[in-house]
Amino acid sequence: MLFTSYNFILFLLSLFIIYYIIPKKYQWMLLLAASFFFYSFSGWDNVAYITVTIIATYFAALKIGQLHLQQESYLKENKGSLSKEEKKAYKEKVKSSQKKYLLICLFFDLGILAVLKYTNFVISNINSISRIFNAGEISFLDIALPMGISFYTFQSVGYLVDVYRGKYLPEKNIGKFALFVSFFPQLVQGPISRFDDLGHQLYSGHGFDFRNVSFGMQRIIWGFFKKLVIADRILPAVKTITQNPDTYQGIYVLVGMVFYAVQLYADFTGGIDITIGIAEVLGIKLKENFERPFFSKSTAEYWRRWHITMGTWFRDYVFYPVSVSNAMLKVSKFSREKLGEKTGKRVPVYLSTIIVWFATGIWHGASWNFIVWGLLNCLVIIVSQELEPFYAWFHNRFNVRGKFIFKLFQVGRTFLLMSAIRILDCYRNVPVTFRMYWSVFTKWNINELFNGALLKLGLDKADYFVLVFGIIIMIAVSLAQRSGSIREKLSARPEIVRYAAYVGLFISIIVFGAYGIGYDSNQFIYNQF
Amino acid sequence: MEALLRILEDLHPEVDFATNKSLIDDKILDSFDIITLIAEISDEYDVKIPVEEIVPENFNSAEALYKLIQKLQDED
Repeated sequence: MLFTSYNFILFLLSLFIIYYIIPKKYQWMLLLAASFFFYSFSGWDNVAYITVTIIATYFAALKIGQLHLQQESYLKENKGSLSKEEKKAYKEKVKSSQKKYLLICLFFDLGILAVLKYTNFVISNINSISRIFNAGEISFLDIALPMGISFYTFQSVGYLVDVYRGKYLPEKNIGKFALFVSFFPQLVQGPISRFDDLGHQLYSGHGFDFRNVSFGMQRIIWGFFKKLVIADRILPAVKTITQNPDTYQGIYVLVGMVFYAVQLYADFTGGIDITIGIAEVLGIKLKENFERPFFSKSTAEYWRRWHITMGTWFRDYVFYPVSVSNAMLKVSKFSREKLGEKTGKRVPVYLSTIIVWFATGIWHGASWNFIVWGLLNCLVIIVSQELEPFYAWFHNRFNVRGKFIFKLFQVGRTFLLMSAIRILDCYRNVPVTFRMYWSVFTKWNINELFNGALLKLGLDKADYFVLVFGIIIMIAVSLAQRSGSIREKLSARPEIVRYAAYVGLFISIIVFGAYGIGYDSNQFIYNQF
Repeated sequence: MEALLRILEDLHPEVDFATNKSLIDDKILDSFDIITLIAEISDEYDVKIPVEEIVPENFNSAEALYKLIQKLQDED
């Protein structure tokens, strides 16, 4: 059931009404039933997979939590009689038992994800090698990736690791835990929530609050606007350019990059707006996933502002543990001895960064395109880190820091760089993508921008007008958001202005949305990750 | 504490670490800084900051970080 389908709208409206009619203590049960109902539309085998992850994670976390409590009471009872060494030995023993449960469950949860997501990728690589030696090929497995598996697996893993780290105690009620993992608005494309942030909101019960409901509805409509008026409208042009690389080279590659950046932004942030909006109507506040990323002045900043919950997940559960692991400390010592203090210090930091970006790449998809995409991001971050002394010299020499024109240059540069790397999502494979990069420098066909060729990409004049209108509104909203919430600002305006804005937006979706009779809206891009 | 302030100032000479109480909240220290710091602290104080202690409350100020180091030294 797509977010953009009529069935989904009907499902949502029914849910909202029932949610506020029933007693608050039953609301979480309704959300659980609604989440599984929603998920069952993607296939019953998918329901089986998510259930297995829920059960495994629930029991492992419960056991780890029990060990925490046992340790606490043992240490309390024997406070006076244990020496420091005995206490330490006891803690280490408990930690080691907890670690066993953690590792078994991680192996299980991530194993399901790995088998379903990467088996065919591994087979295709083995077959490529086999072909070189004229050996036989392995046939692919007929498995479809369950919807949202990367998101709910990561959310479960985050919960498990937090319980292991003693951040909070595990949830005792398996139904409540199941709701945390399967909460339907975020199953499609995140955000990846943390249990200490979301859990209590899901279970506490919420009374009808006009402000929450109206703000939530506004956010949902804004999400639909971005998805239907902008993302789905620009999609044909992106497809035409990237699926016909022999025809569309040079300036078209640049056009494709910019168009895809617009599409992805509108699609992903639109989807997240719908998700956050639905939760808001239910009285639940989800973490923001974006902070106007295209206004970033550097790649590192961009990654702090784009898909924030994924970035912080990788930071907390991959980057930090890898960086402070004993193995990495040994690498640190070794590199400092061999390469000197200054260079050696950077080796473990960069090594951890490469590991994280490799993982981020492969998380996005089982293909070399995504691995290369991750590593290119990593390369840009490391190179800019290495260029720090040059930047310092530059800013000393030329007094441009803080100047509007320089900021604009930085924002433009980051946007183009990120768009160029991101186009790897669209081309058939890595060599084709690099051939297209090369064509930007070798094939000079800028004149084609002005000879009507843009109208042959699957968009006509009317489409371009709608897109320009949509993009201007999107940029204007982002600019206005810098000084605070748009909805807050609107709510302070006279009713006539407010309702004109809502109705205008709603009518724009109806009139300019990329659909018609029989039109089937596209699934969100991040749903495949 | 002086050694810790010196390590921090090496990372960001422009920041007044003696008074700043929102190093993480204000995004002064990023994840690169955090792990560089942890390696430096491990050398200077001979304590290993475990991953579960990498939370904003422990890194928001030099004072909080110093308290963490002392706690870890006591536990050792």
